[in-house]
Amino acid sequence: MSRFVPLIIVAALVALFLGMMLSDRNPNEIDSVLVGRDAPAFSLASLDDSAPALTQADLKTGKPVLVNFFASWCVPCRAEHESLMRLAGEFQVEVIGIAYKNEKYQAIGFLNELGNPFSKTGLDLDGRVGIDWGVSGVPETFLIDGEGIVRYRHWGPIVGDSLETRLLPELEALR
Amino acid sequence: MAGEIGHFALLLALMFALVGATMPHIGAARGNAAFMALADRAILAQFSMALVAFAALTYAFVTSDFSVVNVATNSHTLKPLLYKISGTWGNHEGSLLFWVLNLTLFGALVSWRGRKLPLRFRSRVLAVQSTLILGFLLFIIFTSNPFGRLDPAPLEGNGLNPLLQDPGLAFHPPMLYLGYVGLSVAFSFAVAALIEGEVTPLWARWVRPWALLAWVFLTGGIALGSWWAYYELGWGGWWFWDPVENASFMPWLVAAALLHSAIVVEKRDALKSWTILLAIIAFSLSLLGTFVVRSGVITSVHAFANDPARGIFILAFLAVVVGGSVTLYAWRAPKLAPSGLFGVVSRESALVVNNIFLSTFAAVVLVGTLYPLFVEAFGAGQISVGPPFFEYAAAVLMSPLIVALGLGPLLAWKRGNVSRSVQIAFPALVVGFVAALVLVWRTSGDFVMTAFGLGLAAWLICSVVLEIAHRLRLRKGASITSSLRKITRAQWGMSMAHMGLGFILLGITISEAFTTEELTVMAPGDTVEVAGYDFTFEGVAPIVGPNYTAIRGFFTVYDGDSILTSLTPEDRVYSNPVMTTTEAAIYPLFSGDLYAVIGEAASAGRWSVRLYFKPMISGLWLGAFMMMVGGILSLSDRRLRIGLPTGRKAQASGASA
Repeated sequence: MSRFVPLIIVAALVALFLGMMLSDRNPNEIDSVLVGRDAPAFSLASLDDSAPALTQADLKTGKPVLVNFFASWCVPCRAEHESLMRLAGEFQVEVIGIAYKNEKYQAIGFLNELGNPFSKTGLDLDGRVGIDWGVSGVPETFLIDGEGIVRYRHWGPIVGDSLETRLLPELEALR
Repeated sequence: MAGEIGHFALLLALMFALVGATMPHIGAARGNAAFMALADRAILAQFSMALVAFAALTYAFVTSDFSVVNVATNSHTLKPLLYKISGTWGNHEGSLLFWVLNLTLFGALVSWRGRKLPLRFRSRVLAVQSTLILGFLLFIIFTSNPFGRLDPAPLEGNGLNPLLQDPGLAFHPPMLYLGYVGLSVAFSFAVAALIEGEVTPLWARWVRPWALLAWVFLTGGIALGSWWAYYELGWGGWWFWDPVENASFMPWLVAAALLHSAIVVEKRDALKSWTILLAIIAFSLSLLGTFVVRSGVITSVHAFANDPARGIFILAFLAVVVGGSVTLYAWRAPKLAPSGLFGVVSRESALVVNNIFLSTFAAVVLVGTLYPLFVEAFGAGQISVGPPFFEYAAAVLMSPLIVALGLGPLLAWKRGNVSRSVQIAFPALVVGFVAALVLVWRTSGDFVMTAFGLGLAAWLICSVVLEIAHRLRLRKGASITSSLRKITRAQWGMSMAHMGLGFILLGITISEAFTTEELTVMAPGDTVEVAGYDFTFEGVAPIVGPNYTAIRGFFTVYDGDSILTSLTPEDRVYSNPVMTTTEAAIYPLFSGDLYAVIGEAASAGRWSVRLYFKPMISGLWLGAFMMMVGGILSLSDRRLRIGLPTGRKAQASGASA
């Protein structure tokens, strides 16, 4: 039987690739279980040594806040960085960054190179906070309302028209 | 005119490929030697036509013939000649043409070097090769014609991506393609053997040099790409586990496994079915690499052409080639019963261990590369699993491999003696432990993984030396020089390649743990100390290149009071297309690299700079170079030259790489 294993694997992969190419590849809008609940509690060392630790209290500002999980090793994060810069600048949203499984110097290097859209940045070295938030990979972005409740989760990079068509409407709805 | 000649040559090549892919099989079925012999001529004809087409495209690039769309989109009159030439394969259409050229080249080489192969088998091999060429030609002619015309022709081209205008990258793709395509020969041999239903030790002897050659090219291609990333991308990284990098790494791993398992087939007539499967998988992964880059299925910084129509074609081709060969395998595998048996402790089982770890690692890399696709297919978003996953897998899977690697060459064929081998390698074990313990002690226990890696590297390098010494000692009474001469080139090649792996491991381990980095803002005259070296910033000057302008920073590096060197990193702005690139300045020392990057201008004449000391990083390139030299040494060994064994002596001479 084992001689059929390669054939089965190849057939499965071909089916997967075909499916991927024929679908128009809009990532399905499956909401996170967190949506509608309080953001998970956490406490992370700040990237800036002089700043206090980043905790869930930082999310309750009375205004909508975005929480972005990123990493210097993540290529899609580079792609979406411009959108984050626009959100922080043009749209005046507070964006909080969480460096996921990233050494401090790497995260600093990344932000020095591309610009820093984050008002505060926490270091999730071992990915524990990522697990609590249900992050399956980076980048992922969460929209938190003024009360600290998760309202929307954005899978993957904010690139192309997904800023205008998906994230901004959710943001406007809260404002 | 050249464009039309090239296009016509492609169409002719297609006809020859059609003949070459069918007639030999008809001949073999009917026992018609004349039909079978057509395979040789058909492959030569395909090679000539592919050469004409490629020459025509190169001519269009060199003369900046912008009436050819491909040239207009990817070239520019101001580009240096080297990059006009490298522009030929630096784009989607041209790189595919380069693939075809190499496929036909390797086919022609098989026809030329394989005169001693039985006609029936050789013609089957060439027919399979022609089928591959046929598929690629169809792809080029119907979806990616490199000779399309533009009317009216523009006066100037769009230019080549400046990141690609670099000597490292001019030669990285050709090397990689030669490696990918070289594996097609192993694939053709494997499929031909499946069609014939027979795998003999002789088959392994024929196929191994081709796999070795492909592996040497892949090693070189990957090393060049990694070196390029190291000095061009400007943050000192050299490997990113990017899908395209993984796409070249997987065939490399499988080709390495294939090299080793083919030895078992050759020496012991075992592992036949597995070796055939490896040959198929190695080339399938090369095709997958091509697919990954071009289909838009996986987004990556390296991707050239994201076009679904092309993607569908490649997928269909992949399904036919890979699906067809694994179907053939499922059908024929039961005929490939092993005849050689071997003990649990033996050189054969050491090679099996090697194969298990290498192929598992390749499978893990494949899963890690495709996992984001699965996640997306099953309803989640686009994500990246990232280096932590791959690094963990590499540590878990490669550590036992390296432990076994130190012992494997010391084991005898068929039935080895583990305690005898451990006895020989014992000093290496001691050196490894001591190296690890010293590091743990010196760093007060902070770098346990680094110590482990260092210990492994020391163990591997020492055990290779001990193994050579052991070989010399075996011949008591003989003089050292005559003993040295008795060691075959294949054995030297093996030791060289294994030691190269040791150096790579050393380079990775030490540079990852002990890189010193300074991100700072400096004014002219400032001095910053990095790892005991004083970097004095002397200022910047504007520079004008042929198709770029740049800011060049000047650093003088002092070792104590004496001037060590000066470093001149650049920040270039290319004009066509407009793009900024970083040219790091690197000064290699014996103990590591001094690495400087000049960044943005800050206020008051100050500049942001990045200065690094990367200890032992040269171990990476040195190790990769040793692997290549080892492979070439082994290739040059008389025993491995293609053809029938020429005498009893040739068959009896010692173990192999």
